[in-house]
Amino acid sequence: MQRIGVFVCWCGSNIAATVDVKAVAEALGKEPGVVYFEDYQYMCSEEGQTKLQNAIRDYKLTGAVVCSCSPRMHEATFRKAAAKAGVNSFMVEIANIREQCSWIHKNKEEATEKAIILGRAAIAKVHLNAPLTAGESPVTKRALVIGGGIAGIQTALDIADAGFEVDIVEKKPTIGGKMSQIDKTFPTLDCAACILTPKMVEVAQNEKIRIFSYSEVDKVQGFVGNFSVSIRRKARFVDEVKCTGCGLCTEKCPQKKVPNEFNLGLDQRRAIYIPFAQAVPKVATIDPDYCTMLKTGKCGVCSKICTAGAIDYKQKDSFIEEKYGAIVVATGFNPIELNKYDEFAYSQSPDVITSLEFERITNAAGPTGGTLLRPSDGEHPKKIVFVQCVGSREDGSGCGKTYCSKICCMYTAKHAMLTREKYPDTEVYVFYIDVRTPGKSFDEFYRRAVEEYGVHYIKGMVGKVIPQGKKLMVRASDLIDRKQLLIDADLVVLAAAIEPDKSARPLATMLTASMDTNDFFTEAHPKLRPVESPTAGIFLSGCCQGPKDIPETVSQASACAAKVIGLLCRDKLTGNPCVAHSDELMCNGCSTCEKVCPYGAITYQDKEFRMPDRTMRTRRVASVNPAVCQGCGACTVACPSGAMDLHGFSNSQIMAEVDAICK
Amino acid sequence: MQVNEEKFEPTIVAFCCNWCSYAGADLSGTNRLQYPANVKIIRVPCSCRVNPMFILRAFQRGADGVILCGCHPGDCHYTTGNYFTRRRMTLLFSMLEFLGIEKERTRLEWVSAAEGAKFAATMNDFVATVTKLGKNRRLEDLRCKK
Amino acid sequence: MQKMMQDRARELLSSGKVDRVLGWIEGDFVYDVTPHVFRENDIDQLIYHSFASQNLSKYLVGETKKDGVIAVFLRPCDSYSFVQLLKEHRFDREKVYAIAIPCLGKVDAEDLRAMGIRGITGVTDGKERIILHTLYGDVEKEKSEVIAERCRKCRGVHAPYFDERLGEELTKEPLTDRFEMVEKLEKMTAEERFAFWQDELSRCIRCNACRNVCPACTCEKCVFDNAASGIENKAPASSFEEQNFHIIRAFHVAGRCTDCGQCSRVCPQGIPLHLLNRKFIKDINSCYGEYRAGADLEEKAPLNRFDVDDCEPGDVVGKGE
Repeated sequence: MQRIGVFVCWCGSNIAATVDVKAVAEALGKEPGVVYFEDYQYMCSEEGQTKLQNAIRDYKLTGAVVCSCSPRMHEATFRKAAAKAGVNSFMVEIANIREQCSWIHKNKEEATEKAIILGRAAIAKVHLNAPLTAGESPVTKRALVIGGGIAGIQTALDIADAGFEVDIVEKKPTIGGKMSQIDKTFPTLDCAACILTPKMVEVAQNEKIRIFSYSEVDKVQGFVGNFSVSIRRKARFVDEVKCTGCGLCTEKCPQKKVPNEFNLGLDQRRAIYIPFAQAVPKVATIDPDYCTMLKTGKCGVCSKICTAGAIDYKQKDSFIEEKYGAIVVATGFNPIELNKYDEFAYSQSPDVITSLEFERITNAAGPTGGTLLRPSDGEHPKKIVFVQCVGSREDGSGCGKTYCSKICCMYTAKHAMLTREKYPDTEVYVFYIDVRTPGKSFDEFYRRAVEEYGVHYIKGMVGKVIPQGKKLMVRASDLIDRKQLLIDADLVVLAAAIEPDKSARPLATMLTASMDTNDFFTEAHPKLRPVESPTAGIFLSGCCQGPKDIPETVSQASACAAKVIGLLCRDKLTGNPCVAHSDELMCNGCSTCEKVCPYGAITYQDKEFRMPDRTMRTRRVASVNPAVCQGCGACTVACPSGAMDLHGFSNSQIMAEVDAICK
Repeated sequence: MQVNEEKFEPTIVAFCCNWCSYAGADLSGTNRLQYPANVKIIRVPCSCRVNPMFILRAFQRGADGVILCGCHPGDCHYTTGNYFTRRRMTLLFSMLEFLGIEKERTRLEWVSAAEGAKFAATMNDFVATVTKLGKNRRLEDLRCKK
Repeated sequence: MQKMMQDRARELLSSGKVDRVLGWIEGDFVYDVTPHVFRENDIDQLIYHSFASQNLSKYLVGETKKDGVIAVFLRPCDSYSFVQLLKEHRFDREKVYAIAIPCLGKVDAEDLRAMGIRGITGVTDGKERIILHTLYGDVEKEKSEVIAERCRKCRGVHAPYFDERLGEELTKEPLTDRFEMVEKLEKMTAEERFAFWQDELSRCIRCNACRNVCPACTCEKCVFDNAASGIENKAPASSFEEQNFHIIRAFHVAGRCTDCGQCSRVCPQGIPLHLLNRKFIKDINSCYGEYRAGADLEEKAPLNRFDVDDCEPGDVVGKGE
């Protein structure tokens, strides 16, 4: 039997004016198990807390009920005070007789009666309370960043700057991501490579950072502070340590007809390649789909000319096992496939390109050396039509996305402006649904495109693009002038919607991190915890969480790093003790609870049990990892047998409250 | 005020999730928005913690109405809890109605921490509705034919 | 069919492929059939006819805890319970050899008694017709006239998770719509529905037969038997559990119930308990898309998943009237 003390707070007149606090204290004093009661003007004051502590000592209380303001205000205060006097924090319950009683009722009799009932419910709960202690778990002081684009780079650098080790896993042969393919950046128009490549070098030179390029995450186990990850290092058939990155092999390889993915297939590379000049690590990679030696066993040119002896045709995938305290997802985005957009003739004409392809064509290191030329015949286009929202902001019935891809308005303005600046004789049309340019200096940038550079912005959608001889006939509607247009363009640029990288979905499953219907990772709270996943220890950086431009990505990446550093700084993690727990003797091992857990906190194990007939039996039972569980209780209702229960809000505690209220 | 002996005063149990609806209830207190004292709130971490057994238990012990409040769909502190709540309560309430229990005695409402006014209005409406229905007899009587 | 099953069982036993066979055995009367674990010595007592009604799947929970492999005969409806149990890891699949067998619908002795057919001593099954041998002579009936309600609404196909098939594969259309009675009740007023259920449920003697036969009720310890749950109570006193047992039980099997109809079959008071389960199935199908428990091993049950734009309780409750 508990020995419970009841403390009724007046809160000055806030409670005492509407609730007869003396009557409440006396009525609750008669409840079974209550050995002490008193009322006081301000329970939360120093003096009030001392009263609570003295009563605990003098009356050997095992639990306390404080009838006062909302537990959201002072539950922590009273629990801390009780703990100092030697009673476990979780033996204190609050009856909310201010916000949910005195402040909302005018009739004193009614309010007093209700306050007594609320007090009774709290007493009933304390009778079933048990001391709870938060579990502790150590923190591995190393972070894993998945994805080596600008988001991953920034996060890794910031974490490393704080003195923690960071590993970057990048599936491509080099880090750099999409930003390395971009020519200029809005709204300042500085060249992407000029600001990105120094950061890539910084990553390579940082002693705290390891780069696993051409690698993928294979398996993730564990929980916040204690992840163990298996990383697959794909065979690149080149010894990373020996290769000097001289690039001789990439010039001598006889297999020249490989589509160059870095230039989006606009030109060709060799079967052994370094994606671009500033690649990090600058190491060659053999493409096994095209290498004659790997396919037929006859060639070996690269191996013969490599003075470092770095070529190894027998290399196999290898695995690295490593422990991490935090995992950052920075898997980024891709433009959507446009094969299904026949109306824009993307698959039919080489002169209908995506905006990212346009970036490569205008980039000095791109397939045209930076001169704007048509892919079909290498001529200067004199009339360019940009189409916005291709696959964005659709109604959801087609193959496109319902969301706004966010970056297209700005990069299209950039493309249009740069074209007009370099080639003033070129006419540029932009078709848009809306122009969205919130952001620092963004609207000014767009207006410059229209006002200073004379780009024709037309509100309306393009209905069809018809290749006709050397021209692309663009049929479109002008919604403001209410007329149909037919433009004989030389080049059509489609602002394709962006979507999360395809690797994100299987990764989310591995990490038990949740995703929305568009495969963007969901954040722990859309406003207040935007860089954390609901799964503890998993953090989100960049476009894997939603469409973002570079400045936003970088700030989110740094915010993400701050959160990771905050976690890695700690030696131990203290959990919330109000977590679910499974009664192994009753658990059926049916896996229902696991399916509703948003945190992946529940696992199953085969355990041996001694049966009443003294035989041993192996049974599958659920076990909750208290370091991961957040205590929502979804599992407790999913469990049919009642084996799963929640500390601090147990079935019997809540039912005792129900009983006290309904009596 | 003289409490009218004749007037039926229903017992209402309100389960509120800690993060949104309980805070919403606090806000309606802070703003001094009145609602009847018949409503007694039980705090749960998430609406998905509410077991159908709790609701039936309340009815069996004399509650005349049970209301469950949680964060708006999409705003759950635990990301997905209220989605499960919605499915569970849809089925449970439909079953209670199937058994002939007045459908107005159960309710699921989404109340955010900012919706103090909505909380008070919801409770006023719910109490009025249940008062009109009168004492809950059916669930108690379901198994004993008089 | 019975002969075929006996032969195959004997073969499996003698080859050592299985150690035991789970099937049906007759008691004192032809309609007094119970599940039985056969070995080589008594395998010729295995029967299969219109009175072999028990769902055998549930027995695997206990049987696979023993050593050795057990063969089990699965009628189409049992096979769904079988998969559902497997999905919930309730038995060890490696210790089970599942044999799919056809079923032409089962007959309940109670129904026959109500039709005035008494003193049954034997049965001869045909595809369309059934001959009941009684003390007072043979009675021949159209099968559709006499088969049990649950079989009338059977959809007659196997869930695809068995090891071998014995006999022909049947494809059958339901004879009547299984939600007919649920819909009829939904159309009543709340008062009428309450009267209907009060009339039915007040007869409950809380014998737990429905729970004990239910292949979805396989908890190590039922919540109603668990003192810590706060709702435990075995005696039919005026208590919570007493009044709400059927609601909670139906809720616990919602999304897991395969609609095998065993609960109503075994109820000694003839309470149509399957209507509670069917109400849940109907609501699930209409709110969250067609779902058949036990049809698939991987598919998440409706209560274990959600859509962000699911309907609200208010969209569903009260629409029947």
